[in-house]
Amino acid sequence: MSAVLQNLIDQPYQHGFVTDIESDVAPKGLNEDTIRLISRKKHEPEWLLEFRLEAFRHWLTMAEPTWPNVKYPKIDFQGISYYSAPKSKPKLNSMDEVDPELRRTFEKLGVPLHEQKALAGVAVDVIFDSVSVTTTYKKRLAEVGVIFCSMSEAVRDHPELVRKYLGSVVPQGDNFYAALNSAVFTDGSFCYIPHGVKCPMELSTYFRINTEQSGQFERTLIVAEEGAYVSYLEGCTAPKFDTNQLHAAVVELVALDRAEIKYSTVQNWYAGDESGRGGIYNFVTKRGLCKGAGSKISWTQVETGSAITWKYPSCILQGEDSVGEFYSVALTNHLQQADTGTKMIHIGRNTRSRIISKGISAGESNNSYRGLVQIGPKAQDARNFSQCDSLLIGSRSGANTFPYIRVQNNTAKVEHEATTSKIGEDQLFYFQSRGIDMEAAVSMIINGFVKDVFTQLPMEFAVEAGRLLGLKLEGAVG
Amino acid sequence: MIRRGAKVLLDIRNLRARVAGVELLKGIDLTVRAGEVHAIMGPNGSGKSTFAKVLVGHSAYQVTSGEALFDGANLFALPAEERARRGLFLGFQYPVEIPGVANAQFLRLAYNTVQSARGREELDPIEFDDFVREKMKPLAIDPSFLGRSVNEGFSGGEKKRNEILQMALLEPQLAFLDETDSGLDIDTLRVVANGVNELLTADNAVVLVTHYQRLLNYIVPDYVHVMDSGRIVKTGDRALALELERRGYDWVGTAAAAPAS
Repeated sequence: MSAVLQNLIDQPYQHGFVTDIESDVAPKGLNEDTIRLISRKKHEPEWLLEFRLEAFRHWLTMAEPTWPNVKYPKIDFQGISYYSAPKSKPKLNSMDEVDPELRRTFEKLGVPLHEQKALAGVAVDVIFDSVSVTTTYKKRLAEVGVIFCSMSEAVRDHPELVRKYLGSVVPQGDNFYAALNSAVFTDGSFCYIPHGVKCPMELSTYFRINTEQSGQFERTLIVAEEGAYVSYLEGCTAPKFDTNQLHAAVVELVALDRAEIKYSTVQNWYAGDESGRGGIYNFVTKRGLCKGAGSKISWTQVETGSAITWKYPSCILQGEDSVGEFYSVALTNHLQQADTGTKMIHIGRNTRSRIISKGISAGESNNSYRGLVQIGPKAQDARNFSQCDSLLIGSRSGANTFPYIRVQNNTAKVEHEATTSKIGEDQLFYFQSRGIDMEAAVSMIINGFVKDVFTQLPMEFAVEAGRLLGLKLEGAVG
Repeated sequence: MIRRGAKVLLDIRNLRARVAGVELLKGIDLTVRAGEVHAIMGPNGSGKSTFAKVLVGHSAYQVTSGEALFDGANLFALPAEERARRGLFLGFQYPVEIPGVANAQFLRLAYNTVQSARGREELDPIEFDDFVREKMKPLAIDPSFLGRSVNEGFSGGEKKRNEILQMALLEPQLAFLDETDSGLDIDTLRVVANGVNELLTADNAVVLVTHYQRLLNYIVPDYVHVMDSGRIVKTGDRALALELERRGYDWVGTAAAAPAS
């Protein structure tokens, strides 16, 4: 199955990007001139160039981290081109021109037709025209004062907001990949919810990614002012392929007093073929700052793709009574590797955090949960609950749990539970003996396993994500 | 009830099977017709449970020779789920626990899968809820059981009742009940046995695999077979079960050694 999946993921790109784009690609390699070029091409203000250069100089002093439980050949950072003009996907005239395997995947996932068209690069018809959808969307948001645009637009139109918050949660020198991102990021999303505003709809990157490719060094910044609320959706269930192997994104969230940010991710990037060749390395820094009292940040992620996933969406619980949550499903198959988890840094009094992590390993894959719960000296009465469950499919996959707990305040309460289970032959036989085939059986067991996380996803997303897990596991059992 | 000319549901000829290279079934012949109740008795390790699992298609067991026709089809050519859809059922001796999967969902998926394979109507969750509750009543199953994970934390009696509930939902033509009576107190045994009796019609049949005669006081067999070392060594009627209870199994093995050749 995965060979088929791989083909279909590759497919749209075999016909390639138009050739004249090549002329607007920066030469390979990274130095201060490259960074000046990026900044100039994007017509950036001086302060942002300084931000990039500072990050770059810091990056030069840093070493690539080796502590994750993943293996990959050494990356040649001078072998990458760090700037290319926005790419456009080839336009097709109807769904009939789309690869039948890709169509089958869409049908299995239950992706609505107009989204299928947009994702496959079919020129969409008048009714579902993505431009008009985007326009309607933007109009509704503007009415309540919500800003949702690309990072480039934000730098141009709202420089004071970007300057105030960019790097305030993930500083330029935070870690090797965050420093690299800060130096060379090309675009990403910006979102600002003003004081007291409850964002009237789920904000989804889907409405942005079709018009432009955000590239391999994506930068996202979300700011929720006092009493604001936003639910943000990143990614989609449809397979995503990119010619860039290394992806190092940075996501920063800031929640002020009583603000709430809910950030959901479904990631289905190309994972490489069955022998592990060619998949994407997803090395991401995601962090939220609960700056205000009573604020809340909730991360939900469903990670199914990439050859290597290396990410720890984290919460810094600075404001009193602030709440951090992390709900994760990480599925690995074949030779995929995932080292993912979270960090909950309790700084303020009476802060609370909750971690629910579900790892599913199939094939010969390796899936690690790595999590830090830190209770600072001033975090009076802080509380954490962590639950890390691993599910193994077959006998050649691996699961690990690396919990780090540091407590510097004796009023704190920290709980950690971990389980490992295996889908047994006898369980599958029980289903079969009731007329249920293996695939449906595995899907039902998996859905039961991930239930606590999926209930955190927006409804229609949860349904798609459930089908996605089934699709990713086709052929894993039996 | 034995009826001359009743439809043959299962016809097994010289069945041999092995697990991990060890032959456990050494030539079994058995014919089951619609309307009949069979009991298979025998000492521990005689191959009773193996026989049941081989018939429903457990992948750990390998059929090495012989054939089985189920409702006219070559049973061993069908995958396990297909056998179930065509009306073969096994009530497990030790039903496996499936944490995280709600019983109600599991039961509905099984029911709808089998219904759809038989070209019958499927039920949505609300319709199914009413339907399954009706089926639970005669088995005295508490409604809270629908929200629990499949068999997880169930008592022995609850697990066995869940098996009979599944039998009631899936309406098999032929049900093998593997030691459904073991570990049950006398009240539960009566409830479970009544549940089975309620499901028996002139068109289906049941094969009880049991150690003890006492179940047969409630579900009266037409045939009693004694298994030993992977073979059926003696077949009789209900009187045979009573005799086995009085005399044990030893005499059967010796008495049957010659004709079994």
